Amino acid sequence: MQEKFIEVKQLYKTFWNKKQAVGVLKGIDLEVEKGEIFGIVGFSGAGKSTLVRCINRLEEPDSGTVRIGDSLISSLGKNELNEQRRKIGMIFQQFNLFDSMTVAQNIAYPLKLTKTPKEETEARVDEMLELVGLREKKNAYPGELSGGQKQRVGIARALANRPDVLLSDEATSALDPQTTLSVLDLLKEINKKLGLTIILITHELEVIKYACHRMAVMESGKLLEQGTVKDIFESPKCETARNFISVYDRFRSDHWQEETE
Amino acid sequence: MSLYKYSFWEVLKHCFSAEVWERVLPAIGETMYMVAISSVFVLIFGILLGLVLVLTSKEGLMPCKPVNTVLGAVINCFRSLPQVIIIIVMLPVARALVGKSYGSNACIISLVASCVPLFARLVESSLLELDKGKIEAAKAMGSGNLRILFTIMVPETLPSLIRAFTNAVVIVISMTALAGSFGAGGIGYIAVTYGYTRYQHDLLFATILVLIVIVQAVQIVGDTISKLILKKRHLI
Ligand SMILES: Nc1ncnc2c1ncn2[C@@H]1O[C@H](COP(=O)(O)OP(=O)(O)OP(=O)(O)O)[C@@H](O)[C@H]1O
Ligand SMILES: [Mg+2]
Repeated sequence: MQEKFIEVKQLYKTFWNKKQAVGVLKGIDLEVEKGEIFGIVGFSGAGKSTLVRCINRLEEPDSGTVRIGDSLISSLGKNELNEQRRKIGMIFQQFNLFDSMTVAQNIAYPLKLTKTPKEETEARVDEMLELVGLREKKNAYPGELSGGQKQRVGIARALANRPDVLLSDEATSALDPQTTLSVLDLLKEINKKLGLTIILITHELEVIKYACHRMAVMESGKLLEQGTVKDIFESPKCETARNFISVYDRFRSDHWQEETE
Repeated sequence: MSLYKYSFWEVLKHCFSAEVWERVLPAIGETMYMVAISSVFVLIFGILLGLVLVLTSKEGLMPCKPVNTVLGAVINCFRSLPQVIIIIVMLPVARALVGKSYGSNACIISLVASCVPLFARLVESSLLELDKGKIEAAKAMGSGNLRILFTIMVPETLPSLIRAFTNAVVIVISMTALAGSFGAGGIGYIAVTYGYTRYQHDLLFATILVLIVIVQAVQIVGDTISKLILKKRHLI
């Protein structure tokens, strides 16, 4: 049997809130193939963020394994982990750009970590700026950019080291619909162009429908259902998936508000 | 000139006279010396201790409860003492370190002892204001702890750190004046010996003017630098 590119097995994570255990991940099994955009959808508090954060170990899981390619992320030492993290890009809802650096310096930051030579760094920064369409903002500070532009810088920064994987935690949730579309288009483009594997967390089903090949539905720390986006949309098996789809449909129903008297 | 003999306006006019400034000018020099040296020490040790506090805190990059608790407790001890008491307590320490318990250098030691803990707390609160997301982003890129500290945490909070340092320097200045009455020399010494003991109120007025001008200047410089950085980053 062909091995999957990303493999999460029996992942458990419990937080302690005033001595009370809050089970956030309760045995997550997940497989993602190379080069696909994999969406994870779930209502607020389902544990989506915790799950991606366990993949690059921003959060330490209590038990379970995470493997990306040949590297068993969950058993790496500190230095090896930092080295692996350089091959895993991550983008965030709040962008998390460094305000003290220009756009170019932000994008160059991960390149410094890999001790990339100066000329190569410059070339790579230009290449990334070209990719995300922000060439004219090279020397701007994040404080001068719009949300959509900031997220593009975030993507450029995440991709600067040519990672194999991109983790996206609600990357479009703070953006307006039009900007959301353009950022998703960009993600789709780099997925095709660079063969990048993307794990895309969202609570918006339309984002998944627009951008993902396969998806999983998450609820209370468990993945209830996994499959191709088309299958799940056409025949959702779990209650949560049906719930999501019915909400999605209701937003799209052609029912007009009656005019008020 | 005493206020008991002359009118307020006469005393005020006289405080600009050459006679007064002959005494005050050297004192300004002494004060500046003490403030400058103390501020450098306060800057270095305050930043170091502040960074350690933040690093070792529970949510910090290298949580270490014993270090954090002990350091926090020591800082609180110093912070809970009034500055006069710190000066008195530090006198024997000063004698051990610089050979005498009076004079500018002895004064610097008590200034540092009293202002480092204060500035360390200011540094701590500046750094804690930093959005955790930025630290996470750097971590996710595979940046090590010390690198995050010096390439993200400090530069990102620089405007706030500068303001904190400005406040610390202002307190150093006021403490220098206080230490003056314990034989440290400088503006404070003039104010106490002439203004208080000998009723030479023209000299007292002059010292007040000098202190106000110095503190204003420090505050304006600090605020301006901090604002310029924020402007450059388009954050205001
Ligand atoms: N550091 C933490 N300490 C304690 N509880 C936490 C912590 N992080 C997350 N939780 C809890 O874990 C649960 C899942 O959180 P998580 O952020 O993973 O959800 P999410 O699916 O990403 O939600 P959202 O859509 O709102 O981002 C929540 O109930 C949250 O309160
Ligand atoms: Mg989340």
